[in-house]
Amino acid sequence: MPESRFAPFGRFRRSHEFWLLIVILALCASLGVANAQFLTMQNLFDLLTSYAFVGILALGLLVVLIAGGIDISFTATASVAQYVTLSVANAYGANWISVFAIAIGVGGVLGALNAMLIQKLRIPSIIVSVATLNIFYGLLIFFTGGKYIYSLPDWFATGIFWLEFEWGKDTSYGANLQILALAVSFLVTWLLLNRTNIGRQIYAMGDNADAAQRLGFHIFGLNMLVYCYMGVMAGIASLVQAQLAQSVAPTVLVGKELDVVAAVVLGGASLMGGVGTVLGTFLGLALLAILQNGIILLGVSSYWSPFFVGLVILISVSATARSQRKRRTPSARP
Amino acid sequence: MAKVGIELDPVTKVSELSIAGRQLVAICRALAADAKLLIMDEPTASLTRHEVNALIKLVSDLKRSGICVVFVSHRLDEVLEIAERVTVLRDGAKVGTFAAATIDGRKLSHLMTGKAFEYQIQAPDLAPGAVVLEVQGLGRDGDYDDVSFQLRAGEVVGLTGLLGSGRTELALSLFGMNPPDRGSIALDGRRIALNTNAEAIHRGIAYVSEDRLTLGLILDQSISANVTLTVLERLAGAFGLIGARARQSHVARWVAELGIKVSNPDNPVKTLSGGNQQRVVLAKWMATNPRVLILDSPTVGVDIGAKDGIYEIIRRLAREGVAVLMISDEIPEVLFHSHRVLVMREGRLTTDVTAADTSEDALRQAVNA
Amino acid sequence: MKDAPALSLRRRIVHLAGSGTIATLILLLVALWVVFAITIGERFFSVNTLQSIAFQMPELGILSLAMMLALLSGGLNLSIIATANLAGLTIAFVLTRYIPGSEGIAWVGVQVLAIAAGFAVAALVGLVNGFVIAYLGVSPILATLGTMTLCKGLAIGLTRGNVISGFPEPIVFIGNGTVFGVPFALIVLALCALPVAITLNATPFGTKVYMIGSNEKATRYSGVDTRAVLLKLYVLSSLLAGVAAVVMLARFNSANAAYGESYLLVTILAAVLGGVDPFGGFGKVSGLLLALIILQVISSAFNLLNLSQFLTLAIWGGILIAVAAVPYLRGKTRR
Repeated sequence: MPESRFAPFGRFRRSHEFWLLIVILALCASLGVANAQFLTMQNLFDLLTSYAFVGILALGLLVVLIAGGIDISFTATASVAQYVTLSVANAYGANWISVFAIAIGVGGVLGALNAMLIQKLRIPSIIVSVATLNIFYGLLIFFTGGKYIYSLPDWFATGIFWLEFEWGKDTSYGANLQILALAVSFLVTWLLLNRTNIGRQIYAMGDNADAAQRLGFHIFGLNMLVYCYMGVMAGIASLVQAQLAQSVAPTVLVGKELDVVAAVVLGGASLMGGVGTVLGTFLGLALLAILQNGIILLGVSSYWSPFFVGLVILISVSATARSQRKRRTPSARP
Repeated sequence: MAKVGIELDPVTKVSELSIAGRQLVAICRALAADAKLLIMDEPTASLTRHEVNALIKLVSDLKRSGICVVFVSHRLDEVLEIAERVTVLRDGAKVGTFAAATIDGRKLSHLMTGKAFEYQIQAPDLAPGAVVLEVQGLGRDGDYDDVSFQLRAGEVVGLTGLLGSGRTELALSLFGMNPPDRGSIALDGRRIALNTNAEAIHRGIAYVSEDRLTLGLILDQSISANVTLTVLERLAGAFGLIGARARQSHVARWVAELGIKVSNPDNPVKTLSGGNQQRVVLAKWMATNPRVLILDSPTVGVDIGAKDGIYEIIRRLAREGVAVLMISDEIPEVLFHSHRVLVMREGRLTTDVTAADTSEDALRQAVNA
Repeated sequence: MKDAPALSLRRRIVHLAGSGTIATLILLLVALWVVFAITIGERFFSVNTLQSIAFQMPELGILSLAMMLALLSGGLNLSIIATANLAGLTIAFVLTRYIPGSEGIAWVGVQVLAIAAGFAVAALVGLVNGFVIAYLGVSPILATLGTMTLCKGLAIGLTRGNVISGFPEPIVFIGNGTVFGVPFALIVLALCALPVAITLNATPFGTKVYMIGSNEKATRYSGVDTRAVLLKLYVLSSLLAGVAAVVMLARFNSANAAYGESYLLVTILAAVLGGVDPFGGFGKVSGLLLALIILQVISSAFNLLNLSQFLTLAIWGGILIAVAAVPYLRGKTRR
């Protein structure tokens, strides 16, 4: 029986993303009322810029989660990518293309390492990523002594500014490096997951790896792709962060994993695999950003921010798990 | 989908489909892959007669367009209808390949089981005792409806039907894992409500799952741990501790009673053969002193030689006064080892006869029609 | 058929030895001693080294026990450090706020109350973990990640990152005192390890935990209330974190929201090295304790060699990978 034209909307209405949207709109409305500063172009622009780092990483993590794995070593990967790329750029000179190439390369290699350890040695992905987090980070600090890099190439420090437009009192806004990178990452990830065969295979593998294998999917190749993708995202995110902070700080990124995880699980991705959407991740990121921003704007000490993040993570995963359980209990059983 | 003869909305989640629906989707996928060689493993397990006919016609079409089809099934009539050549495997070895025209169902069955199967009713002719379990008008939305029957002490009742007919769902309801929406279950004449399987076990109802490897046993754990899993609290002594001796003697007793071939009870249970594994499962449940034992496909994955051993245990259970409900796909198995036979179709109980009053063909009709 | 008594004796020994894991660990320990004795020499054998090991081990050991419990059930408890810190801060708060100036009944009472409060907080976190994991069906990794952030967030929010310090004598004794030359903290570890070992080996609860770790669904089908078992397990795990909190706060004579964060990796490492299967279902306390000793020996050696703490972290990571890969390398993979 063919569904009516409005059926897709009905399905959306029941989805996780819909509820997220409601919560976000409600939050925006109440925050907008409570604090005039919230709904300003400047604030929103700043928010988007400062959360680009988390957002890009969240996209990488989303792909990993959908594939049924997990990775928390990406902050270490990002730190390494950042340091290597900008050291090379400072020493030998570079341009935008080469700088991104190096970062992506480093990130990809470290991601591939994760994949090899998980697949070839048959170690649970959580344990591998806890281990590699410490290996990458430990070695980075050991070899670099934890020194910051303050002098960046001029062109890098200046950044990018496309699509300028005017808004309000003579201030111009546009897509800076952060926003551009975030947008491109969203686009690429969306294309990968929704428009390619590989994307479907990733969803399948995450839901039922055995069946996927029997269908002839190249499990090892898919996993390699997925973790490399995470690494690549980490590389891109690291440059975005370095440009924003105008420095490379090897010790600062590790510890931010939780924000990324929060964004992704808020968006409805599950550790079980096979579940999660780019839209959901975007909404999750938005919710996280608004929440943390709201805390600051309302005058609550930022010391309380982690607490709220944790609370939100717990509530969100509980809700996701409950709705998943209802879905996974088939009414017709063999 | 049109080729296979079904109409489904492509956006539906597979988990929302019935078993038959899922099987048809899998068939569609196989066809979409444009294969030259198509291997179908038990494709008709949950299809109705009508759907099976459609599938057989489909296979004929495929044959005519040059695709080679390997049709794996234990349904002899379907095999003979579809195939040009039939290969018989038994206990992991090839028995032979024959032109379909030269053999019939009886010969095939003989080749499959290795015995000149003397078709006779093997259930002990004990006069079954009092009614232990009485089910009245039991229904659960989406699974089954209006099911009523009785189980007597010492009686072996066979239950058969297509996959998806509601047999396992019914069994799970009796075991407290699938609470029904209406109707009643009475034990010894008293109505009971079963909300968890722990309650069911406490009242003496035990369930041997058809999925031995993932639900019946914990493969990586020791034989000893698996056997004692249902009676841990009983084995505990002072301070709630289970002594090694108590554990060992419990295991030894059941190993001896059920003739389980074990070299070391601390070995993982996955090292045992299928038949021995099933005995471990039976030991686990018999230790709970059940009054009603529900066996779901008890001889699946058990080789021919060991099946008899399982039947002997079932007979022994009946002799000891346990009411046995044996669910099975194999009509001969159900017919020749039960006192009475129940057939379920699309969630309803359509037949309830004594084994002596019916035949294999009649049952097949009732199941597949 | 062999001789029945002789067979059971041999089986008993093999059973105790944990099918080779314990034997391997003992060999490893001896080998390490030899290597370090040669490379570091005199300093390694000093009483100081031994003593420092004996003092550092207990808190790590108790935390590792907490992690092990979660691992056995096929899960993970990432919140143990954060729970310990939160519990520690609770105890510290009660102690510094309510402790009367002079010794007496009230003085003792407040200390007992403080510790009880810490345990209560830890148990509460355990309840949240257990409930979310067992009854809501959330993956243990995500659930404990959530409670970890929650606990840490609460701790930071309340203390703004400050340290609370200055505790009465008896408390400090727990972490730093000795009884007949044996550090009291070590005794606390033993007092935790023994009941946990007995529970796991010889109670219905223990057997159920192992079975759930290997196959939760099948265990449920056998009539076990897996949800109740998991709830109890995570409460136990968090309670152990609470005990660790007491030891930590006693040893440092202070409490803080961010202590011991690098311990998380080491507790997982100790468990896996000690023979705990990261997929769940297998592992013994004896193995864990041996693994801890090995890790402490390595750690002390690193200290004496003046190895950078970051290099140490990287090495721990490498060892974890190596150890977790052993089952595969030995060809005994289950997956």
